[in-house]
Order: sequence, then C-alpha cells, then structure tokens
Amino acid sequence: MAFLKRSPWILHYDASSCNGCDIEVLACLTPLYDVERFGIINTGNPKHADILMITGGINEQNREVVRNIYEQMPEPKVVVAIGVCAATGGIFRECYNIVGGVDKVIPVDVYVPGCAARPEMIIDGVVTALSILEEKRAKMSGAAQMKDDARHAEQAGEST
Amino acid sequence: MPERIVVPFGPQHPVLPEPIHLDLVLEDETVVEAIPSIGYIHRGLERLIEKREFTEYVYVAERICGICSFMHALCYCQGIEEIMKIEVPDRAKYLRTIWSECSRLHSHLLWLGLFADGMGFENLFMRSWQLRESVLDVLEDTTGGRVIQGTCKVGGVRRDIGAEKLDEMHRALDPFEEQCRELGDIFLNDDTVKYRLQGLGVISKDEAYALGAVGPTARASGVAMDHRETGYAAYGDLGFKPVVETAGDCYARCAVRVKEIYASINLIRQAIDQMPEGPLDVKVKGTPDGEYFSRVEQPRGEVIHYLKGNGSKHLSRARIRTPTLANIPPLVKMLPGAQLADVPVVVLSIDPCISCTER
Repeated sequence: MAFLKRSPWILHYDASSCNGCDIEVLACLTPLYDVERFGIINTGNPKHADILMITGGINEQNREVVRNIYEQMPEPKVVVAIGVCAATGGIFRECYNIVGGVDKVIPVDVYVPGCAARPEMIIDGVVTALSILEEKRAKMSGAAQMKDDARHAEQAGEST
Repeated sequence: MPERIVVPFGPQHPVLPEPIHLDLVLEDETVVEAIPSIGYIHRGLERLIEKREFTEYVYVAERICGICSFMHALCYCQGIEEIMKIEVPDRAKYLRTIWSECSRLHSHLLWLGLFADGMGFENLFMRSWQLRESVLDVLEDTTGGRVIQGTCKVGGVRRDIGAEKLDEMHRALDPFEEQCRELGDIFLNDDTVKYRLQGLGVISKDEAYALGAVGPTARASGVAMDHRETGYAAYGDLGFKPVVETAGDCYARCAVRVKEIYASINLIRQAIDQMPEGPLDVKVKGTPDGEYFSRVEQPRGEVIHYLKGNGSKHLSRARIRTPTLANIPPLVKMLPGAQLADVPVVVLSIDPCISCTER
C-alpha cells in the first residue's frame, strides 16, 4: 500500500460550480503544471480514486450524486473542496437552489480558497490531502493491526 | 430487429469536467435515440438580480461560466448601457474587444484539447493546453485573473493596458500564430483525425437553422451567422468576416474553431494597431428603466441577456439564454446513427458548457 503515498488517483466532480475551478483542476494536469509526472492521474471511476476533488456549492439535484460518488470510493479517501463555492457557496450562496458548501453533504478534509482557485493552490491542496490520506491509512492499518492482535490473543487464550 | 438497450451516460463521466446526463438508446452498438436531462448545475442566479444592485450583478454575470466569463459580463454591461443610454469611450470598446478575443482564443484552445482527449489523442490535448497557458498569461498580466477577469463594468472597463504591454502582446502574436498553425495543421490534415471525424454527427444547413443552432455548430453547416458582424464593441471597425464551413460534420465543426483561432489572432492584432487614446469609463448616473435584448457572440455561439429595469437599483428581470442550450436540439439530432464509442466526440463537437446552460 506504500505506493498510495506517492501516486494518488484523483476523481473530479463538478457539483454546480461555474466551471472556472474545474478548468483550473484540468490545467494542473497539463504541461505547465503537469502533476501527472508524479503519477497523479485524473480517473473517471470512483472505485479507482483516492482523492475526490469537488467544486461548486452543490444543488438539490446534485446532492444524491455527490453522496453516491463519495460512498463508492474505497477507504482511505480524502475530499478536497476547491474554490470558495465549495467552501461556503460563495457568490451563489443566496441562490434558491444552492445547498451552500460541500461539507453540508459529505465530510471535507481540505478547503482550497479562491474564485477561481489557482492551479498552484489546488496542487498545494492536493499535497495537504496526501498527508491526510497517509494519516488515515496509518490509522486504518493500525486499527486492522489491533484487530489482528486481539484475534491472535483470543486464539492463544483458547488454545491454552 | 436487435434488442434495444439503454445506456445511462453521466452525470459523472470522464468526457467533460461537467455533469450532464444522457440516456442513450442503443441497437447493438448504434445509437438510435438520445434523451438529455439537465439540471445538475442549476443555481438559480437569474433570481439573484433581486438581491444585487445592477452594478454589482456584473460579478454574478461573470460567474455564469468560467470560460466565457468576460463575454457574459460584456453582454450584461452592454445591455445596461443600452437601457441607460450610456456612450462607452472608444478605448474601452477596443480593450473589451481584445479581452473578448483572448477569451475566445483560450476557450477554443481548451475545446481543441478536450476534443483531442475525446478522440484519445493525448499528445494533442497536452499541446493545445500548453498553448492555452500563454493566452492565460496575457489575461492574467492585463486583468489580474486567469479565468475570472473582473475588468468589465457598466460604463467602461476597470483597467488599461499600457502602450508597452500592447507592444509586447503585438510582438508575441506572430510566434503564437505560428504555433497555432502547427497545431491546427494536425487537426485539419492528419489522416487519423480526419478518419475519425469526417461524416460523423452530420447536420444539414436547413436542420441546423430550423433547430436553432448557433455559433460554430451553425457555421459548420453553412449558416453564416455570427453576431460579431453587427459590430458591437469595436468589431465594426475591424473588418470582421465569419468563418463558414459546409460539411456539417464533426470535422467541419473542428475546422471552424481552428480557423476562428487564426481570425481571433488577426482581430487582436488589428485592435492593437488601431487602439485609440482616451478615457476608460464614463460615470454612471441614475438607474436603468426599460428593457433590452443584449446579444454577444461567445466562443460557443450567440448569448442573449434580456434585462428589464423598473427605475430602481435592482433590475426586475434578467433572462439569460446561452449558446449551449440552443445547441442541445441539434446535438440530439446528431447522435442517432453514431456508434457508442463516437458519442463522446459528437457530444464534444458542439462544445457544451453546462454551467452556462443551466445558470
């Protein structure tokens, strides 16, 4: 599982944003910023993804879709909310159809501010997400280890 | 008769960064019907007009879409200026034209990249986006923002481009055009690209007109309709001619956009040459009272802002019809007969911008 540390796969979803942050997310993958050289790949499949990059303030129709995508991603997973709309609803927070912030629907680990968020900031957000991903992974394997130890101890107890 | 199956396409899918849902009815591998359903990005920002003053709404109009952001602001401002009978200074008009064409350049290069990605031509995707970054650098240098510029305001523009910077831009245009022509050459003359695109998603001139296609989608079918011809901003002085193709397939739509890149470079060059001196804005007094249909040619086609003021600080109604909405009926017409594997290419060929469509 150590490879997860260096080459996370990214799933990007546009939850009612204006497109500005989305094209900046794509711009991160292209020659000027080129995060693909680190093995960071934009995947279309939630089941292959480690990091969910989500933009926009989420509207009523998107709520279920976002939850679905989040639930389909395997653990450990990290959610990065990109742009001010994803953080609070931003300029659209008073619109009748906007829920206002990704954290009202799914838990968010990293917030990247900006309207639109710059590619450098998005990359910075992903780097922060990587360390959180690593922590979550360590916690998961720690929990698995404890479970294992408990089982071994139980078996040892039975055999004596 | 083969059995019919329905393949759901979207809302989360790898083709576009934005969510759209299509139910594709297939017979074997061939699409017989496509049923679109939209609404994943509907924010309801037309109603924000009640909460924002008419001068503040420019910021909201800019955020209808992050790609043609400047042109949405321009369309809104032109509408208000028309209602309030404000005469914008010439220099502001030329600056608006330059920024509009820069937006068109970056939008078309973005689209060419996504289109190449849709065909599975990764190298070309990377190359298009690399070129696009140099346009974004100019936009950032002159306005302060990469995708959301914020320079257009009611009564003029907020920033000037100095003579030195204009000179620098002018000098950079020639090498940039050369690079664009190299890129365009691949899109127009490469055998693999031609084989993939020619004869795909055909729509005739009459159909395109009857279904209300706009922008490159209409012009690729031979409908010579480009709102820049009416000469808003500084287009009247620049001798603009629309780019028209006649085949009406994906290749023609691609060719229109490639040639529009060359045309945009030419327009920017002329605008810099003829740039007049003078003030950037006029003071706005009073409030809008009356209504106007404001129209601007965006990279995807003609956008309409209907604005109605009642003499107060808040407009009473704004209605925005964006080009992608007009291009969805032609898209539904193009899809039947295409192979399932070609669906992404056909969908991309109208250059869909979903956040525009749903506002």
